Amino acid sequence: MNIIVVGLSHKTAGVEIREKVAFAPTQMEKPLNAVVALPDITEAVIVSTCNRVEIYATTRDIAGGMARLKRFLSDYHHIPLETLESHLYSYHGEEATRHVFRVASSLDSMVVGEPQILGQIKTSYGYAAEYKSSGLILNRFLHKAFSVAKRVRTETKIASSAVSVAFAAVELAKKIFGDLSDKTVLLIGAGEMCELAAKHFINTGVRGVLVTNRTYERAEKLAEEFDAKAIRFEDLLDHLPKADIILSSTGAPHFILHEKEVEDVLKRRRMKPMFFIDIAVPRDIDPKVNNVENAYLYTVDDLNGVVATNLEGRKIEAAKAEAIVEQEIGQFFKWLSSLEVTPTIVALRTRFDDLRKAELAKTLSGWKDLPPGAEKKLEALTNAYMNKLLHQPTSVLKRTDPGNRNDLYVDALRNLFDLEAGTPQDGIVELEE
Amino acid sequence: MNALLFNSTLVIYAVATALYLSFLVKTKPLLGRAGHLTLAVGFLVHCAFTLERYVEAGHTPITNLHESLSFFSLAVVGIYLLCESRYKVYILGSFVTPLALLILAVSATFSGVIAPLNPALKSKWLLVHTSMAFLGYAAFAISFGASIMYLIQTHFLKKRRLGPLFQKLPPLDMLDEISYRCLTFGFPLLTFAIISGAIWAETAWGTYWSWDPKETWSLITWFIYAALLHGRLTTGWRGRKAAMLSILGFMIMLFTFLGVNLLLPGLHSYK
Repeated sequence: MNIIVVGLSHKTAGVEIREKVAFAPTQMEKPLNAVVALPDITEAVIVSTCNRVEIYATTRDIAGGMARLKRFLSDYHHIPLETLESHLYSYHGEEATRHVFRVASSLDSMVVGEPQILGQIKTSYGYAAEYKSSGLILNRFLHKAFSVAKRVRTETKIASSAVSVAFAAVELAKKIFGDLSDKTVLLIGAGEMCELAAKHFINTGVRGVLVTNRTYERAEKLAEEFDAKAIRFEDLLDHLPKADIILSSTGAPHFILHEKEVEDVLKRRRMKPMFFIDIAVPRDIDPKVNNVENAYLYTVDDLNGVVATNLEGRKIEAAKAEAIVEQEIGQFFKWLSSLEVTPTIVALRTRFDDLRKAELAKTLSGWKDLPPGAEKKLEALTNAYMNKLLHQPTSVLKRTDPGNRNDLYVDALRNLFDLEAGTPQDGIVELEE
Repeated sequence: MNALLFNSTLVIYAVATALYLSFLVKTKPLLGRAGHLTLAVGFLVHCAFTLERYVEAGHTPITNLHESLSFFSLAVVGIYLLCESRYKVYILGSFVTPLALLILAVSATFSGVIAPLNPALKSKWLLVHTSMAFLGYAAFAISFGASIMYLIQTHFLKKRRLGPLFQKLPPLDMLDEISYRCLTFGFPLLTFAIISGAIWAETAWGTYWSWDPKETWSLITWFIYAALLHGRLTTGWRGRKAAMLSILGFMIMLFTFLGVNLLLPGLHSYK
């Protein structure tokens, strides 16, 4: 059985594609059922966040399974496969494992180390568990991913780097405005980093928060979360003079704020300073805005530069995290390969044969007046008996017809007969959410 | 006695300046507090010097360059100490104390001998006119210091060079506010100094305004600060533009004070 991953992320697709491919978290039953109903796909988990959409699945047929998942994404969201294909990545085997472990550990995030992705994957897994689309392998796989993420979080300082970027934004705002308690924060668009920074500002204590988004409903939703006021994207320029601190992370392919507009806005707010934080890639705010009198523009990279921990230190932490991922991949594969049929049959036979030989030796050693030839006969008898016992389970295991979950049998056999394998309980962690 | 007090002030200001400047480069809060205390002691000694001279001379000791520079320095330190207690930013001292020390040092180069009062200055207006003018100048000097810090901070922010000095300087908005507050304090004082001078001129010279170089340049200074305050209240001149104008205003003011006295002959050329 093979694990495959098909998906797209902020690294391969702009928000206009990501938005179309996203699955609504409240309606996961239908797509999950549809994926496991695909031929040759046995288990599936769908992860859908604002920065990535990925399907994790198990299949016997790697190439076919990947093609089916791609076709599914295209059909389900009514996007021509030709359009979608260039944004999609697909992995199998070790690469798939590495990818998912890295995603869960926030090593693949837009802001490396941001903490939300793990919770998002746990939620996604929760749906898959609820609708029974994930089974033995993906259960183990994701639990393993969670434990890897946990290790990365506790054993490296990678998580502190994302938090410190948000922290740096607040500190910098204090260096411009001094007291933030009478300042207003405006969020343009949504995104993990943007929301994280907004939360830091709210914690520090600001007068108010405004939220805008291309889709007004999303702005409203976010506004509710932050106890903020939602404004329409079309009215952005009307509200901009009220904002002192602007956090922008829309997925727009072009600048949404230009020098000229900002100049105008500053005049309307009587030249009171404005602090722009551009989190979007590609950038939302024309870099020339920094030339406008009393406007200060920073990108995430600029803020990264502010963060006291030096780059060298962060490289070391990232390397540590990658090493943890590699180590865990090895462990997981030990378990996964144990689910292969042939080695299991061999192990099972060896186990039985060892027992048979041991018992035979015990019997023979206490038997003084053994007739000649009896030893050979006993040997044949026990052998035949063992073969008869093993014949039925072996033939079931060897069956390859669809719907035969021999991975389940293999796992059960390995547990029942204590066959050499990855320690079964290792890597199982409690779901926190 | 008088010379001793003056020299003590000079030495104490020098020590305070050294402390404030080392506070600028070293991250030790103790240095800032030590500078503050030293400066406060210096201020008291300086006050004692000024009072003692007032008593000894029998008139307001702002009649020549030695005295007026000394009083200017005293006013700068006094207003700075007020600012510091209000905003709790010792770092401003790193920019203001060197200025106060410099002014006092220049004062020391002029003769400190108490001369008989120029008959033209024998008036109750002397105290009001000169002390208002110099308190106004001092407020402009603090505004100048804050404005220089503002330009440094805004440069760091724009260039994203956020080094230790940036971390140490106060927030932009605070610098802007200190600069503005000092202007709103200094501008009325300058206005009253000019008005009281005009009234005094009428009684002493028989005319309110005689386009004496001092009067002309005071008016220029007044217009610059008036323009700055007007711009701020109407179209919101603040930040870099306001800081640069405040610096320009201070330069013109220095010329009004020193340049006119030393270079342009006129009714106000008291040396």
